[in-house]
Amino acid sequence: MRLLARFAEAVDARSFIDIEAAHVDGCLYHGRASLDFAERMIELGGRVRVPTTLNLGSVDLIHPELFRGTKEHAENGARLMRAHVELGCAPTFTCAPYQTAWRPRFGAQNAWGESNAIVFANSVIGARTNRYGDFIDLCCAMTGRAPAYGLHLIENRLARAIVEIVSIPEAWDTERLAVAVGHTIGRRCGGLVPAIVGLPAGTSEDDLKALGAAAASSGAVALFHVVGCTREAPDLETTCGGLTPELRLQLTTEDLREAARSLSNVADGGPLGVVSLGTPHFSIAEFARLMPLLDGARPLIDIFVNCSRATLEELRKRDWEAPLRAARVTLVADTCLYVSALMKPGVGAIMTNSGKCAYYAPGNLGVGIAYGSLAECVASARAGKVVRL
Amino acid sequence: MTARTFDAVTLVLGAASGPILRLDEPLSFWGGLEPATGTIIDRLHPQRGACVAGRILMMPTGRGSSSGSATLAEALRLGNGPAAILMLERDAIVVVGAILAAELYGLACPVALANSEDWEALAAAASLTLEAGPDGAAISADL
Repeated sequence: MRLLARFAEAVDARSFIDIEAAHVDGCLYHGRASLDFAERMIELGGRVRVPTTLNLGSVDLIHPELFRGTKEHAENGARLMRAHVELGCAPTFTCAPYQTAWRPRFGAQNAWGESNAIVFANSVIGARTNRYGDFIDLCCAMTGRAPAYGLHLIENRLARAIVEIVSIPEAWDTERLAVAVGHTIGRRCGGLVPAIVGLPAGTSEDDLKALGAAAASSGAVALFHVVGCTREAPDLETTCGGLTPELRLQLTTEDLREAARSLSNVADGGPLGVVSLGTPHFSIAEFARLMPLLDGARPLIDIFVNCSRATLEELRKRDWEAPLRAARVTLVADTCLYVSALMKPGVGAIMTNSGKCAYYAPGNLGVGIAYGSLAECVASARAGKVVRL
Repeated sequence: MTARTFDAVTLVLGAASGPILRLDEPLSFWGGLEPATGTIIDRLHPQRGACVAGRILMMPTGRGSSSGSATLAEALRLGNGPAAILMLERDAIVVVGAILAAELYGLACPVALANSEDWEALAAAASLTLEAGPDGAAISADL
């Protein structure tokens, strides 16, 4: 509580609110500091007071054999994950808790960590959370309270930037458009809440997930509105609440193409080591899109698909696991390729359909990256090199 | 050399001095900073390769992953974190990382909010001294 009080002071909050639920990001191992904090909380008899989900960890506890890092990393990573369960958190181990039974309701006050989950909860569901980092999300969960500031307060949820999509590259699917728009608003909107105008009607929940994840990687976006689509944006006037926007952006075909291009540093036709899908964690609907694309020749390289253990369970119920594995898919649960040590050293570049993975993998793993649509990722896996469709 | 003093708002208590590192773009510590060396590793960051260790980091706003707090705390634990952080906007992720290093290891990385009109003058200084106390912060600059 002392930490939370000092944090509230630092963010200039005058009071606290009660929260309904929390999503804790602290179970991903970043070194001793993560473990020291969790174990100190256990020593002090800490226990969460509201339903609390857990973000992904550093290791796949369901498939521990996939881990290729040091023994110490594997042990400490697993220890940190278990320490959080000991504190009373649910072992969901997913960056997409909104795909689980713990999905929040519209208007719920929550304290969530994990940048993509935060932006999804605020934007797509209309739940209310700030960008809570490691440690503070657990403090909120253990006290059931959060400082009353930022996006918990309705007046701060109005749009202050208008982003208008004026033209869309021909033949682009809604997912690629979402990633390019997300990457651009992250880089250009700063701390302003954007209202996006002009996304096509077929934009799915998974597309919005991809948009938010890209925007929360290239920037600090915690809430966006899509006018005529997301919960708090029935029309532009309501979305802006009568405030004059501080920024107006118009995105053209050329801007969007450039945004997508900037996510790749491996040339078209360049060799690939693996394909990675599911950053954030792949949903059942995304598996349903992937399965027919896998019909045909067996890929030359491995396709890693990251998902939650709950989604893995659902795949098994549907008998989808065997056909996926037959098509050279490695299913990863509880963690994600780019935050763990799952790739053979020196295997080569990664191709992904995720703006977030494309943003972080080169720094985290020291590998080349190619960004493309889901269909391009599968075609590239088949060829072992970057294929554009 | 002349010294000038600027008022600021304390976000995390402490005192520090050192040479400045002014970031041209905000940095996500997670995925952008290597705790073992204090080096910026974000591929798209204009200051990739620069080292934050021991510097007064001038970073107007925060960015990116909420795991940044743990990365900052770990960099500080290993002695590779910044000496202090100056910002123009409050950022919870940065603040929590610095508070944790203080709570767990007794390591001070003061964080303060400067005034935007002072930013260029601060950035022009060779080195800065920050004293962030409970009643406010003062930054003295050797110009």
